[in-house]
Amino acid sequence: MDGPQPGGELMNRILETRVLAPEVKYFRIEAPKVARKRKAGQFVIIRVTGTGERIPLTIMDSNPDDGWISLIVQGVGKTTRTLNELETGDSVHDLAGPLGMPSEIHEYGRAVVIGGGVGTAIAYPTAVALAEAGNDVVSIIGGRSREFVLLEDEMRAVCTEVYPTTDDGSYGYHGFVTDKLAELIADGPSIDHVIAVGPVPMMQAVAEVTRPHGIDTVVSLNPIMVDGTGMCGGCRVSVGDETKFACVDGPDFDAHQVDFELLARRNRTYSAFEYYRNEEFTEEHIHVDPVGSS
Amino acid sequence: MARELTRRERLKIPRHEMPEQDAHDRSVNFEEVNLGLTAEQAVAEAERCLLCANPTCIDGCPVGIDIREFVRLVADEQFGDAADVIKRDNFLPAVCGRVCPQEDQCEGACVLVKKYKPVAIGHLERFVADYERERAGSTSVKTITKTGKRVAVVGSGPAGLACAADLIQAGHDVTVFEALHELGGVLVYGIPEFRLPKEIVKAEVDQLADLGVRFEMNAVIGMIDTIDELLAEEGYDAVFIGVGAGLPRFLGVPGENLVGVYSANEFLTRINLMRSYAPDAETPLLDLYRKTVAVFGGGNTAMDAVRTARRLGADPATIFYRRSDAEMPARAEEVHHARAEGIGFETLVSPIELLGNEDGWLTGARFQRMELGEPDDSGRRRPQPIPGDEFEVPIDVAVVAIGNEPNPLIHRTAPDLEQTAWGTIVADPETGRTAKKAVFAGGDIVTGGATVILAMGAGRRAAASIKEYLDTGVW
Ligand SMILES: Cc1cc2nc3c(=O)[nH]c(=O)nc-3n(C[C@H](O)[C@H](O)[C@H](O)COP(=O)(O)OP(=O)(O)OC[C@H]3O[C@@H](n4cnc5c(N)ncnc54)[C@H](O)[C@@H]3O)c2cc1C
Ligand SMILES: Cc1cc2nc3c(=O)[nH]c(=O)nc-3n(C[C@H](O)[C@H](O)[C@H](O)COP(=O)(O)OP(=O)(O)OC[C@H]3O[C@@H](n4cnc5c(N)ncnc54)[C@H](O)[C@@H]3O)c2cc1C
Ligand code: SF4
Ligand code: SF4
Ligand code: FES
Repeated sequence: MDGPQPGGELMNRILETRVLAPEVKYFRIEAPKVARKRKAGQFVIIRVTGTGERIPLTIMDSNPDDGWISLIVQGVGKTTRTLNELETGDSVHDLAGPLGMPSEIHEYGRAVVIGGGVGTAIAYPTAVALAEAGNDVVSIIGGRSREFVLLEDEMRAVCTEVYPTTDDGSYGYHGFVTDKLAELIADGPSIDHVIAVGPVPMMQAVAEVTRPHGIDTVVSLNPIMVDGTGMCGGCRVSVGDETKFACVDGPDFDAHQVDFELLARRNRTYSAFEYYRNEEFTEEHIHVDPVGSS
Repeated sequence: MARELTRRERLKIPRHEMPEQDAHDRSVNFEEVNLGLTAEQAVAEAERCLLCANPTCIDGCPVGIDIREFVRLVADEQFGDAADVIKRDNFLPAVCGRVCPQEDQCEGACVLVKKYKPVAIGHLERFVADYERERAGSTSVKTITKTGKRVAVVGSGPAGLACAADLIQAGHDVTVFEALHELGGVLVYGIPEFRLPKEIVKAEVDQLADLGVRFEMNAVIGMIDTIDELLAEEGYDAVFIGVGAGLPRFLGVPGENLVGVYSANEFLTRINLMRSYAPDAETPLLDLYRKTVAVFGGGNTAMDAVRTARRLGADPATIFYRRSDAEMPARAEEVHHARAEGIGFETLVSPIELLGNEDGWLTGARFQRMELGEPDDSGRRRPQPIPGDEFEVPIDVAVVAIGNEPNPLIHRTAPDLEQTAWGTIVADPETGRTAKKAVFAGGDIVTGGATVILAMGAGRRAAASIKEYLDTGVW
C-alpha cells in the first residue's frame, strides 16, 4: 500500500517538508523515475491541485535509490503559497519532468556560483555537478537579510569558498552579490566560469560585472511557462537577437546575450491578476497565517 | 418501418440544416454552437440518401466508413446498428462528426453535391454517436485473449488513441504516454469547448480505459524515457509515435515578443486546457473584454482563436489573412459561424511589424497590403506585396495562428529516426514503419498539421502493421 502506484493516486507523495525561511519551504517528493533521470539544471512542472496552474520548479536534489526528488519553493503568489501549505503525506496533483536542458558541466577551473534568495536552491545542483566535474567552486549566496540566505551548509559541503551576503548587513558580507563578485574578480585568482540564478535584475547586474572581463557567464532564466514542452511558446526569450523557448532550449543561457529587459517585461504580463489572486489567498488564510496573532 | 421512398421523393426532401445556438447568445458563452439533429430530423435527412450502387461518398472518407449502410440504418431508425457500422472504421465518430471537413471529404464526394445539397453525413454521424453514448452507455467489454506483447503509444491525440484502440482489441498490452495532464491532444488543448465539448473526448478515452488501455499522463517521452529506453529498459515490444505537430510558428517580424502577443497554441491552451475563462481559474489570461483582438492566419486554428476571443468579450475581434477569402483553409462552417458571431475579416494583408509602447506592451501592427499573383506549384495563387501600400491598426492583443511545426523533443534523443527537412518523421504511409526497428509513427508528426480523421487513419494503419510485426517478428 505504500510506494508509488503507477497510474494510481499515491503518486507524487510528499515525504518530508521543512521551513527554511519565511515563505521558503523544502519538499522531498516521491518521484522515482524523475529521480533516476534528472540532471543538474533541470526542472519539473507541477500542478498543486486538479484545477491549478502549471508552474516550473527546479529539482534541487534527488536520490535515485530511494526514489525522491527535492524542491525548494518560495511562496510568492497563489500557487506557490498553496503548495507551501502542504505537509508530509499530502500529494501534488501532477508532476512532469525532468524538463529543460541540463546545465552544461565542464572542467572550467575556478567556477563561481551565485544564488540570490531562492535562486540559491536553483543554483545548488549545478554547484554540486561542477564540483563533481573537478572544478574549484566558489559560491556567493545573497539574501535580503540573514534569514533569507539559503543552503549555506549544503554549499559549504561542495564549495571551496562560500560568501553569504546580505543587503542589510545582518549577516556575512554587507552588500549585493555583485559587489562581492567584483571583489573576487579584482582580488584574483582568475575566474573561468560564472553561473548566476536569482531575480532578473540580479542576473542582469552579474552579466554587466563579468562582461568587461570576458568571463564566460551563464544565467538560468525564469520566464512564465505553461506546458514546459515547447508547445506554447509562452516562455520565449531573446538571446543574441534570436528567439528561444526557455523550457526546451534552456533554461540556461549565455548571460551576455540575454535581453533581460524583455524577460522582466514579459514576466510582468499578469501582475494585476497575480496581485488579485494573492490578496484573495491572504484573505482566505488570514486565520492560519503563522505570523498573525495566535 | 417506413415505406420505401422513390428517388423523386428522396430528392424532394430539403437538406436538414444543423440547429444552432443563436449567434448573439453563443458569442458570449462556451456552450456548443451546433445543437445536434433530433431523431426525426436525422431519419428524414437519412431518407435523402439515394443508396447509390456506387457510393462515391465512401471514397471521400479517409477511413472508408460504409456511409451508405449506416445512413440506411438511420433511415430505418436502427441507430444502434448504425453506430456499429461506423465504429468498424472510425473509433471517434462523435469527434469526427463534429470536426471533419466534410465538405472536402465525404459530403464533397456525395453524388447529390452537384445538383442538390449533399446528404448531411457529418451531422448524421454525430447524431448516431451521440445517441449511442447517451442511450446505450458503455459498450459491453468482450473478453480478449492476451498476447503478452506490450506496445507503448506516445501521444494521446487522435492518432495515438486510434492506434491504442485497435491494439488493445488485438490482445496486446497498451500504455499511452502523454506529456500533458489531460488526454486527447489537440482535441482537448486546441479545439474549443464550443465546437467539441471536452466531455465527449473524455467519454471516448474512458472507453479505452475500460478496454484495459493504461494511460500515463505527465510523461514527456524524450525526457523521462527515450524511445530506446522504452524498448530496451521498459520492455515494450513496439512503439508508436503520435506526438503531433505542436511547435508554434511565429511571423518572424519585429515586435513579436511584446507583451500581448500569443501563439495560438498558448492562447488556446490557457483557455481550453487550463480553463482560464472560468471565474475561479488559476491560470491567467490577458483581459480581452472590449479589447481589440487581432488573429493572424486563416485556418481552423485562427477561427478557433478568434471565436474564443469573441466569447471572452473581444470587440472588435478580427482575422487578418494574407490571401483572399477563397484560399482560406478553415472549414466553411467555421468561417460561416465566425461571421455570424460578428468576427471581422481583413484579407490580403500581412503584418510586417508589431508596435509597442515604452513598457513593452503591444499597441498595434503595421500591415502590408497584398495582391494575388500567378498560381504556384501547389496551384494556390501566391500573395505578393503591393509596394508602398502599408497601414497601421491599433491592437491590444494579438494571436499568431500561422501553423505549427513538429516538436524536436523526441528527435533530439532518437537521432536514428529519419527526419525530413521540415522536421517531420519519415514513416511509410501504408504501414507507419520508420527507419528505426520496432518504431512506428503517424498523424501530424508524419504529415505536418492535417486533420483528425487523417491522424486516426494513420494510427489505425500503424496498429495493423504493429500487429503483423508482433505476430511475425519480421521487420
Ligand atoms: C525554469 C524555472 C525554474 C524555477 N524554479 C523555481 C524553484 O526552484 N523554486 C521557486 O520557488 N521558484 C522557481 N521558479 C519560479 C516559480 O515558477 C514561480 O515563482 C511560480 O510560478 C509563481 O507562481 P505563483 O502562482 O505562486 O505566483 P504568481 O503570483 O502567479 O506569480 C509571481 C511571479 O512568478 C512568475 N510566474 C507566474 N506564473 C508562472 C509560471 N506559470 N511559470 C513561471 N513563472 C511564473 C511571474 O514572474 C510572476 O510575476 C522557477 C521558474 C522557472 C521558469
Ligand atoms: C486549434 C486547432 C483546430 C483544429 N481543428 C480541426 C478540425 O476542425 N477538424 C480537423 O479534422 N482537424 C482540426 N485540427 C487538426 C487536428 O486537430 C490534428 O490534425 C490532429 O489532432 C492530429 O492528431 P495527432 O494525434 O497526430 O496529434 P495531436 O492531436 O497533436 O496529439 C499529440 C499528443 O502528443 C503529446 N505529445 C507531444 N510530445 C510528446 C512527448 N514527447 N511525449 C509524450 N507525449 C507527447 C501532445 O501533448 C499531444 O497530446 C485542428 C488543429 C488545431 C490546432
Ligand atoms: S469520418 Fe469524417 S469523412 Fe468519414 S464519414 Fe465521418 S465525417 Fe465523413
Ligand atoms: S453518395 Fe450520397 S446519396 Fe449516394 S450513398 Fe453516398 S451519401 Fe447516399
Ligand atoms: S512553456 Fe510552453 S513552450 Fe516553453
